[in-house]
Amino acid sequence: MNAPALMSAPLMHLPPVVDPSATSGVFSLLWLVVALPALGAVVLLLAGKRADAWAHLLGCATVAISFLISLILFFSLLGRGHGDRQVTQHLWTWFSAGHYTVNLDLLYDPLSALFLLLITGVGGIIHVYSIGYMEHDERRRRFFGYLNLFVAAMLVLVLASDYVGLFLGWEGVGLASYLLIGFWQHKPSAAAAAKKAFVINRVGDMGLFLGSALIFVTFGSTSFAAVSASSHQASSGTLTVIGLLLLLGACGKSAQFPLQTWLLDAMEGPTPVSALIHAATMVTAGVYLIVRSNFIFSLSENARTAVIVIGCITLLMGAVIGCAKDDIKKALAGSTMSQIGYMVLAAGLGPAGYAFAIFHLLTHGFFKANMFLGAGSVMHGMDDDVNMRHYGALRKAMPVTFATFAIGYLAILGVPPFAGFWSKDKIIEAAFGQNFVVGLCTLVGAGVTAFYMTRLMLMTFETSKRWEKGMHPHESPKVMTNPLKSLATLSALGGLFLVNGWITTWLTPVVGERVEHSLAVGSIGMSLIALVVVGIGVAVAWQLVGSRPVPRVAPENVSVFTRAARADLYGDAVNDEVVIKPGVAGIRGLGVFDGSVVDGIVQGLAASLTAISVKLRLVQNGFVRSYALAVLAGALIVIFAMLAVNFS
Amino acid sequence: MSFPWLTVMLAVPVVVALALAFAPKSISATTVKQIALGTSLVVLVLGIVMAIRFDNNGGMQFTETHDWIKTFGAHYALGVDGLGLSLVLLTVILTPVVILASWNDGDEGRWGPKGFFAWILALEGLAVGVFAATDVFLFYIFFEATLIPIYFLVGGYGGPNRAKAAVKFLLYNLFGGLVMLAAVIALYVESAKATSGPSYLLSDLSHLHVGTDVGRWMFLGFMVAFVVKAPLFPLHTWLADTCEEATPGTSVLLVSVLDKIGSFGMVRFCLVLFPEASRWATPAVVVLAVISIIYGALMAIGSDNIPRLIAYTSVSHFGFIVLGIFVLNSQGLSGANLYMFNHGLSTAALFLIGGFLISRKGTASISRMGGIEKVAPVLAGLFLVSGLATLSLPGLSPFISEFLVIVGAFVYSPWAAAFAVTGIVLAALYILVMYQRMMTGPGPEEIASSPISDLNLREIVSVVPVIALIVLLGFFPKPLLDMLNPGVQHSLVQVGAHDPTPTVPLSGGSGEGGSK
Amino acid sequence: MSVAPFIVLSAILFTIGCVGVLTRRNAIVVFMCVELMLNASNLALVTFARANGNLDGQIAAFFVMVVAAAEVVVGLAIIMNIFRTRRSASVDDASLLKY
Repeated sequence: MNAPALMSAPLMHLPPVVDPSATSGVFSLLWLVVALPALGAVVLLLAGKRADAWAHLLGCATVAISFLISLILFFSLLGRGHGDRQVTQHLWTWFSAGHYTVNLDLLYDPLSALFLLLITGVGGIIHVYSIGYMEHDERRRRFFGYLNLFVAAMLVLVLASDYVGLFLGWEGVGLASYLLIGFWQHKPSAAAAAKKAFVINRVGDMGLFLGSALIFVTFGSTSFAAVSASSHQASSGTLTVIGLLLLLGACGKSAQFPLQTWLLDAMEGPTPVSALIHAATMVTAGVYLIVRSNFIFSLSENARTAVIVIGCITLLMGAVIGCAKDDIKKALAGSTMSQIGYMVLAAGLGPAGYAFAIFHLLTHGFFKANMFLGAGSVMHGMDDDVNMRHYGALRKAMPVTFATFAIGYLAILGVPPFAGFWSKDKIIEAAFGQNFVVGLCTLVGAGVTAFYMTRLMLMTFETSKRWEKGMHPHESPKVMTNPLKSLATLSALGGLFLVNGWITTWLTPVVGERVEHSLAVGSIGMSLIALVVVGIGVAVAWQLVGSRPVPRVAPENVSVFTRAARADLYGDAVNDEVVIKPGVAGIRGLGVFDGSVVDGIVQGLAASLTAISVKLRLVQNGFVRSYALAVLAGALIVIFAMLAVNFS
Repeated sequence: MSFPWLTVMLAVPVVVALALAFAPKSISATTVKQIALGTSLVVLVLGIVMAIRFDNNGGMQFTETHDWIKTFGAHYALGVDGLGLSLVLLTVILTPVVILASWNDGDEGRWGPKGFFAWILALEGLAVGVFAATDVFLFYIFFEATLIPIYFLVGGYGGPNRAKAAVKFLLYNLFGGLVMLAAVIALYVESAKATSGPSYLLSDLSHLHVGTDVGRWMFLGFMVAFVVKAPLFPLHTWLADTCEEATPGTSVLLVSVLDKIGSFGMVRFCLVLFPEASRWATPAVVVLAVISIIYGALMAIGSDNIPRLIAYTSVSHFGFIVLGIFVLNSQGLSGANLYMFNHGLSTAALFLIGGFLISRKGTASISRMGGIEKVAPVLAGLFLVSGLATLSLPGLSPFISEFLVIVGAFVYSPWAAAFAVTGIVLAALYILVMYQRMMTGPGPEEIASSPISDLNLREIVSVVPVIALIVLLGFFPKPLLDMLNPGVQHSLVQVGAHDPTPTVPLSGGSGEGGSK
Repeated sequence: MSVAPFIVLSAILFTIGCVGVLTRRNAIVVFMCVELMLNASNLALVTFARANGNLDGQIAAFFVMVVAAAEVVVGLAIIMNIFRTRRSASVDDASLLKY
């Protein structure tokens, strides 16, 4: 556990304590935010075919009303004093055993407030988009039911005031993700991807399970309030272990190394699902978990170091994978992995990075949802073909999709003044503030991001037409382009959160005062360096993709690096060789063991009893005189035995 | 003298069962089924009334004590505490469910529907007796008596190899029971030494002082019987064979209700009568339980037969239950007590819905299914929910019990928890792989040619209450936990275990989620 | 009076009966040898009763006689039946009750 400290330990401030007041006034509406989508899900899933006609309307309405309530709550919280921005609503006691009690309480503070807006806002937009995208699917009602279920579970995740409550939402979103990835479950690949996502998430859940147990053993409670109040009294070893266990949970849900392989397969789901769950909200839950547990991570440098390492590895892996994918959704999924790596890394920087992790999470939620929906729009126009090698020159055919996608593109590249510039730049800056190597990773990542996103843009919207025969790309209907426009607006304007350092101040009650590090080159200098790196990435992409014809079939004679990136850097291959193949062999062996040894001993006992009795019964030969002889022998033995006993 | 609730609940199904068995041949099958269902519903109502009248902090209630065989100190003594009542409730809830779900399962059996439903009712009565007995001798009688109905239900109404399965079931359980009989006799010998003469009453025996060695031997005697019943590795092989051949309804009664006698007996008898021996045996039992969790789950992953798979999942879950019992702290024991009830519900749902599917497809082989979701979405949906309950998804009742057990295990030893927690990954694998292979995909060719029908109204009505209860208890398990927790504390006092205090004391005032 | 001659006679008679049971095939002869053994033991019983001066041994001897009489009735009936069905009184032929 003695990882070399990546940073010179600054004098630690104690992390802030979660100490909410009870709800009153408008805050008593808090439960409705969760209850409405939950109710929508129940109604839609139980109502059956008779709800088909209005299912999508109900699905959108519940989320929209939740969004309105979230807005009201947000402004009410904004109106409160700085130290008074944590409220909790007691619903009921979930369970208790001995002196351990878990309450189902909702905790509304600046952090969850932002998430509420993101989930219901972006979620609502994606609901509307889905009306158009899923129009011809006969199971659209069920789709909206699952989406509502997801929104409700995600809200539980961010509103829970207890690790176990968080776990309820955590697994709830996992379930929704499972159902939605496998929504087209007649496709074996979709069913397999859904199962894979759930199972790998469960590996991470082990960490959360054990982490909660250790938290209980250490603090006697798993509520954020209790743990944050006494975390500074725990030993650093304990805090490190808790931190690592929580990190394992975060790795599963946020597709971080080494549990990253499920995310690329998860693209089997309908595109709105990829946008909502596998880009904007659910996959960022790991980041939320780390930031929410700041009272643990702030006190354990080793745990934070681990978080940073994981973040660095994933952000580079994701970017490299994104470079080689021809499937537009998989390229975006690699990018998601990479961007979440940035967030995790920022969260691992501790008080210097928590706020920026959340900031990047929000802006990424905007621009990545924007681009996924854009990709969905492209697929909609191209008969669900996802291969970018069959695209090209779609700018004219789909002007709105192109324009909105371009804004997302500029945002993820970090071009000022779009949202991504502000958030990513801050992370790079903070990373350099801690450690040069980490900073370099983020900078390289930014360059590679620029490369693969430019490649994606060029292959899709520019270059020459490589369409399949008889393909007539067309712009999507209004119900799909309007959501694109609103998300593009958010992607453009997301940087406003940073005006006057608003977001850092806003989050201070949750994550504590930000620790500043001054850089040698200064803030502006850092931004310029980052822009130069991005420019190099774009130029390389133009050189390799834009300036020459794109083959319709992926070339085979490529470098070993490209091959590795196409194979997801062999994540699945490693899993296959290390876990699955030995596992299957082991289980087969165990089956034989169970039958032949465990049951075999018992059966063998029975069989040998039978064998002995077969032999023994031959003594019963039917001759009376041999019986008599046996009686005589027995009598003699008894007599001699008695004599021997009496005369000895 | 108050109303003998438990005797009535015990006697009503048994008497009706006898009446059905000796009813004239002319009585129609439908009438038999209606009588059986009606009786089980009456008992269910009795059970609900009892639960309402139950006082959570009142210790043993609804007690009845009559001398039976004075020279042995045996009594006819009944009574329930929270744990006993919860299992009685599980029995009376599942019996009507099973009767309704197995409406036609008895038609082709050896003794027709009359025998089938008579045995089920007899089993219900005897199961109530076994959970309510507060006299060790009476408990032993009921314990062995419950084998008879199951033997005939498996042997008369199962698959092609049912005779062999029934014999295997009987021999295994009889073996355990006979080892226990030796311990029961030893208990008499010990209690006869006391000045007040021999007594089998639990209330008398719990004060009995037994020597260390004798206590450990008697503990082992009881434990062997209970470990066979609530099957732990390596005594589990009978369960899978029996479930493979039995009808789904029989499997439900066997796994959900009767196997609980094992875990129930550990709490009621092993911990209370032999506290020293229980503490002594804890490390070994915990290791065995953890092995069972992993072993059962791995075997489930490797199974291609639906009932077999579910039986192995139960081996894994009984590992959790026993783990929770023997870590000897409030979280573990509460979790284990709750687990008994929850496992009963989730496994029942899984068996019954799996059974509906098997009877439609005519095969129990998972590899011969596929694409069911497309033709029978309700069936697939309900199956998925019960599968998710089995893999302990939060929001469904088994999660809470599994979480508490793992927390309890962590309090006992982080290593036990670390190994046990792998069970949640394996559970996800066996449930979801099964679901994937059975329900998803395009399915084999024949599904297009002879599509199976979705669940009919009777089948939906029979399993929906179980699913509803699973969801309800997933979010609001408080009534059940309030019923169980006083008994947990009582058992822990009896066994002399204390919850460790947290390493870091809560700083005053701001703890416990602080809502008020 | 010495008991030794009586006991020796009893032992000789018992041995003759014993050997007869083991060696002869004819069921009637076997039967008679069994009677011989019974009477040998009767002789021993009566001898000891006389030597000890109480009646216990004699009572036991009476029991043996009564039981022997009953046995003869049953036994002879069985032998008769076997002879009727199998036209033989050899005990070796009547070996159907085996395994």
